[in-house]
Amino acid sequence: MIEFKGVTKIYPNGTVGLKNINLKINKGEFVVIVGLSGAGKSTLLRSINRLHEITEGEIFIDGESITAARGKKLLQMRRDIGMIFQNFNLVKRSSVLRNVLSGRVGYHSTLRTLLGLWPKEDIRLALEALERVNIRDKAYARADELSGGQQQRVSIARALAQQAKIILADEPVASLDPLTTRQVMDDLKRINEELGITTIVNLHFIDLARQYAQRIIGVRAGEIVFDGPVEAATDAVFAEIYGRPIKEDELLEAQK
Amino acid sequence: MMDVAKKRQLSRIKTLLSVIFLLLLLWGSGYRTQVSFQDLFSGIPNIFSALADMLPPDWGYFDYVTGPMLETIRIAILGTTFGGILSIPIILLSSRNVTRSPFLFYPARFILNLIRTIPELLLAALFVPIFGIGPAAGICAITVFSLGIIAKLAYEAVEAIDPGPLEAMTAVGANKIQWVFFGVVPQVAAHFMSYFLYAFEINVRAAVILGYVGAGGIGIILNNMLASFQYNRVITIILYTLIVVAIIEFISNKIREKLL
Repeated sequence: MIEFKGVTKIYPNGTVGLKNINLKINKGEFVVIVGLSGAGKSTLLRSINRLHEITEGEIFIDGESITAARGKKLLQMRRDIGMIFQNFNLVKRSSVLRNVLSGRVGYHSTLRTLLGLWPKEDIRLALEALERVNIRDKAYARADELSGGQQQRVSIARALAQQAKIILADEPVASLDPLTTRQVMDDLKRINEELGITTIVNLHFIDLARQYAQRIIGVRAGEIVFDGPVEAATDAVFAEIYGRPIKEDELLEAQK
Repeated sequence: MMDVAKKRQLSRIKTLLSVIFLLLLLWGSGYRTQVSFQDLFSGIPNIFSALADMLPPDWGYFDYVTGPMLETIRIAILGTTFGGILSIPIILLSSRNVTRSPFLFYPARFILNLIRTIPELLLAALFVPIFGIGPAAGICAITVFSLGIIAKLAYEAVEAIDPGPLEAMTAVGANKIQWVFFGVVPQVAAHFMSYFLYAFEINVRAAVILGYVGAGGIGIILNNMLASFQYNRVITIILYTLIVVAIIEFISNKIREKLL
């Protein structure tokens, strides 16, 4: 369970990123965060694993405060949270397998990981993760030889190899075409259902959010303006989140 | 309209003053160093007589200078290797995106710039009194010299890497060493090797001269031959150096093309 208690983020230039957020996300949920760009979706997501530091309040993960975690404790808590980025963030010159194994560094001693002495179990785990996203045959290819959709699946496999309990996906399909978008979203959804990994996704396509989410959280100017099951998120609700009626380009269908 | 005309006039005066300043600088330098075109022209016949003295090259001498030539190459190899290894911490410390703290990367860069201001011959002259006459001083000079070249080029490459993988490594809970090894190293390893080879090319040429101040290698023989007017041996050494440097540069260029 992830819990935000009175979380506020003010950027050094005075911009308010998040305003007094109180939020609970239960284990196994598939949550989609929607909102205009600049509304604070990314800040909200990245504050969970402290890629962004918050100014006030506290965030708890399974009852433990990540806000207060220091040193090794913080690294351990991050290890249990997988992250998927808009630009995949793979090392392009490294092999797919090495990229996936990099998710395992938190489990072993520094020396062991530097020498590349991965236990057999880790290699099996990495290959299994690749199998789960259907690109096991690419394990030994260089990451930059893969298409965008395949690269995003490698980054999903990295999160799986990490044995993460939570997956945070920050605009995971924003650099993909409509067809691969669906494949990647299907992968995320399937992993959520099969492994029970709590999944939080930032999306700006409204129809995609409706199709995949269990629960939708609407963010506007750093505040949560909607939080409810997908069924309750009507067009009127989206218009409220966006502060204006929905536009054509906010629908994936319109992109085809 | 008036303004534009004024601006043009001003910029013309600027150009004129710059040209006058440059000409003065040139003339002043020539005057103080007593350059004269007369000497230059009257010296032309000497070029031909010197060339005539050099020919034919003493071919048998090739055999004799092979030993010192190999020593020169060994100095370059060892010096570049040590310099390359020592440059790694300096590179990481100097890179803004790795070190993050200005209290670390500014001092590191300051030290790096300080090292780079010293020419290799001066370094060799500094090390000869410490290690005595011989290749050890040369190796140390080349080590410090190549540290400067490699670190300067490589830290700029490190600062230009894709920050994405670094963010990903932070997110998976990597410690700082793992973060560098998995996020930074694979992105710059090829660049680093390329700069290493480039430094090696420069160092072979530099090592040829180090013998002048007693830091080992072929330079000392070159110096002796010049001093004793044995020009047909001087040309042998020059030809030998030319061939060796050309071969090393050719191989190094081929490898660098493959790397990047």
